Amino acid sequence: MSETLSRVPIIDGWFTDDIDAPTLIGAKCSQCGTFVFPPRSSDCPNPNCDSITLDPTPLSRFGRIWSYTENCYAPPLPYVAAEPYEPYALAAVELAAEGLVVLGRVATGVRAVDLKVGMEMQLELDVSHRDADHEYMVYVWAPATPGSEAAQ
Amino acid sequence: MSNDRDIAILGVGMHPWGKWGHDFTEYGMVAARAALADAQVQWKDIQYVAGADTIRNGYPGFVAGATFAQKLGWNGARVSSSYAACASGAMALDSARAQILAGFCDVALVIGADTTPKGFFAPVGGGDRKHDPDWQRFHVLGATNPVYFALFARRRMDMYGATAEDFAQVKVKNSRHGLNNPNARFRKENVIADVLNSPIVSDPLRLLDICATSDGAAAMVVCSMDFARKHLGNTDGLCRVKAVGTVAPTYPQSVLELPDIASDSTAVVPAPARKWKDTIAFAAYEQAGIGPEDIDLAEVYDLSTALELDWYEHIGLCAEGEAEGLLRSGVTTIGGRVPVNASGGLACFGEAIPAQAISQVCELVWQLRGQATGRQVEGARVGITANQGLFGHGSSVIVAR
Repeated sequence: MSETLSRVPIIDGWFTDDIDAPTLIGAKCSQCGTFVFPPRSSDCPNPNCDSITLDPTPLSRFGRIWSYTENCYAPPLPYVAAEPYEPYALAAVELAAEGLVVLGRVATGVRAVDLKVGMEMQLELDVSHRDADHEYMVYVWAPATPGSEAAQ
Repeated sequence: MSNDRDIAILGVGMHPWGKWGHDFTEYGMVAARAALADAQVQWKDIQYVAGADTIRNGYPGFVAGATFAQKLGWNGARVSSSYAACASGAMALDSARAQILAGFCDVALVIGADTTPKGFFAPVGGGDRKHDPDWQRFHVLGATNPVYFALFARRRMDMYGATAEDFAQVKVKNSRHGLNNPNARFRKENVIADVLNSPIVSDPLRLLDICATSDGAAAMVVCSMDFARKHLGNTDGLCRVKAVGTVAPTYPQSVLELPDIASDSTAVVPAPARKWKDTIAFAAYEQAGIGPEDIDLAEVYDLSTALELDWYEHIGLCAEGEAEGLLRSGVTTIGGRVPVNASGGLACFGEAIPAQAISQVCELVWQLRGQATGRQVEGARVGITANQGLFGHGSSVIVAR
């Protein structure tokens, strides 16, 4: 990481910037209690609930892989691909408490061959790409550290 | 087989699928004129034009019904334009069917055509549209369409023991089915090794597991049973639309579907027993008053080889996790009990989005009439189509004669 670049999220409001223990920021309905990701501030998606208000809430840092893949070719813009391009994995991870499956990139260096449906994962932050002034951070799924709360 | 909600399919027509980059309306005209000729209906007698939109060809694509009516020569027919991504053609048919069954018109032209760019589909619109989920999934994740196809494929492998050879076998089957289809773009027999030797695009899917994007057009002339009777003298042997299932999901959509970044939450409302893609065909079965056991053939959306296997289960040909066994047993190959994608499917066509759901119905019509030379499913009486349009558009049509 360069000292001179300012570190900014790739998208505003989706995750915290705590580099050691980041969390996704979801939304929770103040009335029925259901969860939403990506976050939004209004309109509960539960058709049985007429609540207008959704509140920001941190989501579980740990979950299990629902499925996964690896991008062997660079996705088109607006994805900003490194040159030369390095294949990277993506995983859809099931968060038990929230009942959500959240798609994310997988941490640099962890490839599809290292993954399995049902595997425990944890949320981390990684550098997506850089420009002249910024380092853009993105949430990623990484294999859970042994002994973490994911195992329980 | 008839009821008071049947409409007749008088004629069908297509422009062959390919990759030429021409004005999409050129293809549409060929398909429209072929469908009109097949129906023996004059363009000036068409009362309603239901266009399926293309979003990659500027304004004319957004108002497809009007665009085609103008190109055929304004005839006073009313027009509609439907967009439901891959389900656009089914939505256009649904619109024409509703007009006919409501008695607002007697005979309608349903039409879709496309010209597609090369490579991955990217978000439409350009620029930084940070609130657009389609922009978000590409920018934040690099989640191309094949990423989602691959998630479903990988799940089949890890959950049900599907193999790369199973996926390749779908391509092999469809490549043989489409060999003699004059409208297919790819008419080359593939063997397992061709697929396994093609480069991995989105692991575990290889280039030949994933359908191409194509140019093409399809059209049909549909009418009330009364109109058909007057036009033909009787309705014997006519292909009838028995059902159009265009259901959207019921909350919570607990399966991560293209192009979503997360599923709905099951924390408060449990996942429905029958998930969305299972409801699409079953809504059509319910309308038609039949079940999967009555089906002689199916045209399903093989955006990837593995997704064809998912569809076997969604349309009720077998239970979850049993699709590989069904494929291996030959049931879904021409000559088997329920051939799937006798046309060759997207494997041989590539996807021409607004035309694709219509082309599926065209194939059923040719099959049920016994006109599917070189790929005929003998004795077919009832067929079903199934596909899924992005953002919750189900699409399933049942045709019987």
